[in-house]
Amino acid sequence: MKLTGAEIIWECLQKEGVDVVFGYPGGAILPTYDAMTKYPKIHHVLVRHEQGATHMADGYARASGKVGVAIATSGPGATNMVTGIATAMMDSSPIVCITGQVGSKAIGTDAFQETDVTGVTLPITKHNYLVTKPGDIARAIREAFYIAKSGRPGPVLVDITKDAQQMTAEFDWEAAAPRLPGYRPSYHAPASEFARAAELINSAKRPLILAGQGILKSGTTAEVLKLAKSAGIPITTTLLGIGAIPASSEFNLGMMGMHGEAWVNQAIQQADLLIALGMRFDDRVTGNLKTYALNAKKIHVDIDPTEINKNVPVDVALIGDLREVLELIQPQVKKAEHAEWWATINASRGDAAVRDIQSLPDSGHLYAAHVINDLWRLTQKRDTIVVTDVGQHQMWEAQYFRHEKPRSLITSGGLGTMGFALPAAIGAKFACPDKDVWVVVGDGGFQMTSCELATCEQEGIKVNVAIINNSFLGMVRQWQEFFYDKRYAATPMTGPDFVKLAEAYRLKGLRCNKRSDVKSTVAQTLAAKETVVIDFVVEKEDTVFPMVPAGADLDKMIRRPKQDVMLESGSDKDWEMPSSPLPNVFAEAKAEATVLNGRGKAAKSAKKPARKAAKPARR
Amino acid sequence: MAKHTLIAYVEDVPGVLNRIASLFRRRNFNIDSLTVGRTEQPGVSRLTVVVEATEAGARIVEANLYKLVNVLRVDDLTHKPSLFRELGLVKVKVTAQTRSQVLELTEVFRARVVDVDEATLVIEVTGTPEKIGKFEMVMRPYGIVEIVRTGAVAMARGHELMSAAPPLVPTAPVADHHHDSGLSMSV
Repeated sequence: MKLTGAEIIWECLQKEGVDVVFGYPGGAILPTYDAMTKYPKIHHVLVRHEQGATHMADGYARASGKVGVAIATSGPGATNMVTGIATAMMDSSPIVCITGQVGSKAIGTDAFQETDVTGVTLPITKHNYLVTKPGDIARAIREAFYIAKSGRPGPVLVDITKDAQQMTAEFDWEAAAPRLPGYRPSYHAPASEFARAAELINSAKRPLILAGQGILKSGTTAEVLKLAKSAGIPITTTLLGIGAIPASSEFNLGMMGMHGEAWVNQAIQQADLLIALGMRFDDRVTGNLKTYALNAKKIHVDIDPTEINKNVPVDVALIGDLREVLELIQPQVKKAEHAEWWATINASRGDAAVRDIQSLPDSGHLYAAHVINDLWRLTQKRDTIVVTDVGQHQMWEAQYFRHEKPRSLITSGGLGTMGFALPAAIGAKFACPDKDVWVVVGDGGFQMTSCELATCEQEGIKVNVAIINNSFLGMVRQWQEFFYDKRYAATPMTGPDFVKLAEAYRLKGLRCNKRSDVKSTVAQTLAAKETVVIDFVVEKEDTVFPMVPAGADLDKMIRRPKQDVMLESGSDKDWEMPSSPLPNVFAEAKAEATVLNGRGKAAKSAKKPARKAAKPARR
Repeated sequence: MAKHTLIAYVEDVPGVLNRIASLFRRRNFNIDSLTVGRTEQPGVSRLTVVVEATEAGARIVEANLYKLVNVLRVDDLTHKPSLFRELGLVKVKVTAQTRSQVLELTEVFRARVVDVDEATLVIEVTGTPEKIGKFEMVMRPYGIVEIVRTGAVAMARGHELMSAAPPLVPTAPVADHHHDSGLSMSV
C-alpha cells in the first residue's frame, strides 16, 4: 500500500494503539496535520505551548502506563519541547515526540525554523531519530515506541523532514518491525547473586526496603508487600515511589530523603541492610554520600545497569525486571519479624510525628499543609490522581496527602520542573477520564504554564487546580531563609487575580483564605462541571519541615522548632471534616502542644530552635 | 585513576560518534583518545576509546556505552593481554649536520622516513602510545615542525573472541569510587 509519509505516521500511531496525541501545528509538520483529518480515531489535543504537549504526554504515560505522544513543528516548536523531554527522561516516563524538520535538501543551510533537534535532544532522550525518507518512517516510529516503553522507559524523539512526510512510500507494518541488535532492555542476574541477596536478607537484623518508582513501572506492589510481610521488613518510599505502597499499610513508614519523615531517615542510617527496589539513590534521597547508611549492606535491584554503583556502592546488584527478581528471591527468604527493629523505629516515630511536618501552628491563617491534608480527607473516598509541580507544595503534598493506589501521584521528581503540573494533569485526565484529577501547584509554577487552561476549556475537560498561593517562590525563599540570612532576592512574587484569570478562560474560579472554607470550596469544586481554579491564599512564610540541607548527613535534619506548636491547632470537629481511618495527626500535635505549653516558658527557652543551630549547607 | 582501553562495536549509522562523544562529556569522563574505523562486518564500526578512569569508573563507562542503542558490544582490554598500536607522523627540522643523527634515531625506533626535503624529514612511526611519546621526546631537540598521532587502536591477543556479554557490574565494595567528593552534586 503506497502512502505519503504523513499518512504512514498516523497509520503507525493507530497500530501502536494511540488514541490521543498532544500537539501544535506549524510549517514543517503541516503535511502530517493535513493527513490527520483522515484518521478520526486518534484525538488531537491542541495545546497552547509545546512544553505543555510533552508534559501532557508525560502525564498521560504516568497515569496509564502507556506511551504518551506529543507532536510539534521544527525549530521553536521542537525546542519548546526540551523541558518536557528532559522531565520525562529524568523520571523514566515513556513518551514519543514527533517533530517536523525542514526539507532534507535544506538541512544544514540554517533554513527558516531549522534546528538540529536530534543534536539538541541527544543527551535528554533515551534515543532519537532523524528520518529523511518516507520509507524509513514506519520503522523509526515502531522502534521509538518499543524503546520508549521497554526496559527503563524514557522519551524517544523522531524528527521527520517535511519532504519525507510529503513523498510516498510502500507502507508495510510487518517489515518495519524493530531491528535493534544493540538494544538490551533487560538483563537477568545470575543465580549466585540471588543466593547472596537472600543470605543478606536472612541474616539482617535491621533491614529496610527502599521503594522507588520501579515498583509502579513493573506493577509489583503486591509482590513487594509480600516480601515485606514475610520477612518483617519496613518499607520507605522515594518521592516517585509514593503510591507504590499504600500509605495505610503498616509496613509503609513514609517518604525518605531531604523532606522525608525524620524517623525514616534515622532508620536508614541505623539499618544494617538496605534493599533498594527500583530507585536510584538520588542526591535528594541520600544527603551526604560519605555518611550515607554506613552501617548497612546494600542490595540494589534495578533494570538499568548504569544505576548500579553510580552514587552508592552496593554489595549485591540484581539487574533485571523487578517482577522477575522478586519472584526468584521470595522463595529463598526466611520468615522473620524483627520486633526489636520495629520497636526502635516506632519509638522515634512517636517523637517525630509531633515535632516535624505534622505539628502546625494555626493562628487563624490558612496553612498549605492544612489545605492539602483536608483535601485528602475530603477526597479519600473518590478515585483521585494528584499532579504536582516542584517546590514546597510538592513536599507538603507528599507529606500530607495519603496515597493508597499506584499511579495516584504524578510529580516532576528528577528534573523538578515548574509548570509541569497543569499540563501533566490534562494528560492524566485523558488517560483516566473517570478519575478526579487534582493539580496541586504553587503560584509560581502555575504561572509558567497557566495558558493550558485554554486547552482545558477547548477540550471541555475537568481538572481541579488548587493553587497554593503564598506570594513567594516558596522553596527558594525557604533556602534563602535557612542558608542566605533571609535575603529574599527575587522570591516575593505577585500574580494575577487567579479567580478572574479562570473566569477569563470561561472557567470557574474560587478563592479560599480561611480553613473553615476549605470544605465548602472543595465541595463546590467537585460539584462543578468544568475545570475549577482555586486560589488558596496561604501563610506566606511557611516552611517545609523536616529538611536535610543539600549535601548534609541524612540524619542531620532541620526540625520544626518545638515552640512553633501552638494550642490553637484546628481540629476536625471545628471544620466538620470527615474522619479518617488513620490517626489524626493534628490531634496528636495538639496533645503534644498542650504538654509543651504546660511547661510554659521554661520549655520554650530550654532549647534553641534547631534551624538556627544547623550549619548551612556548602551549596 | 588509570588509563582504560575500551573497545566498542557500534552500528555504522549517522550520529553514532556524536552519541558516544556526548556520553563521555555528559558523564564527566576524560577521553584520552578515540579512534574509529570499519570492521570485517559491513555496517559495523569499531571504536577504541582510551579513557582516564578508576576501575569503578571504567565499569560505569562500559555500562553507559551498552545503554546506547547503537552500541553492539563493549570490551575492556585494560587487563587482558592485548596489542596497542598508534601511528604518528613527525615532521622534524634537519640540517646537513643533524640529518644523519635523525636518520639513526629513526632506525633505532624502526620508524620510516616518508618525505624528505632540504630542511625537514617526515617520519612515520608506529608502536604503543608510549613509544610514540618517546620518539617525540628524542626528536624535540632537533625541532619538531608538526606532529600528528592517530590515537591508539587495540586488539586482544590470542584466538578467543571478544566477549559479547552484557556489562559485568562488580558488586564488591568499591574503594576507588569515581565520585571522590561525597557532596551532593547539585544545589
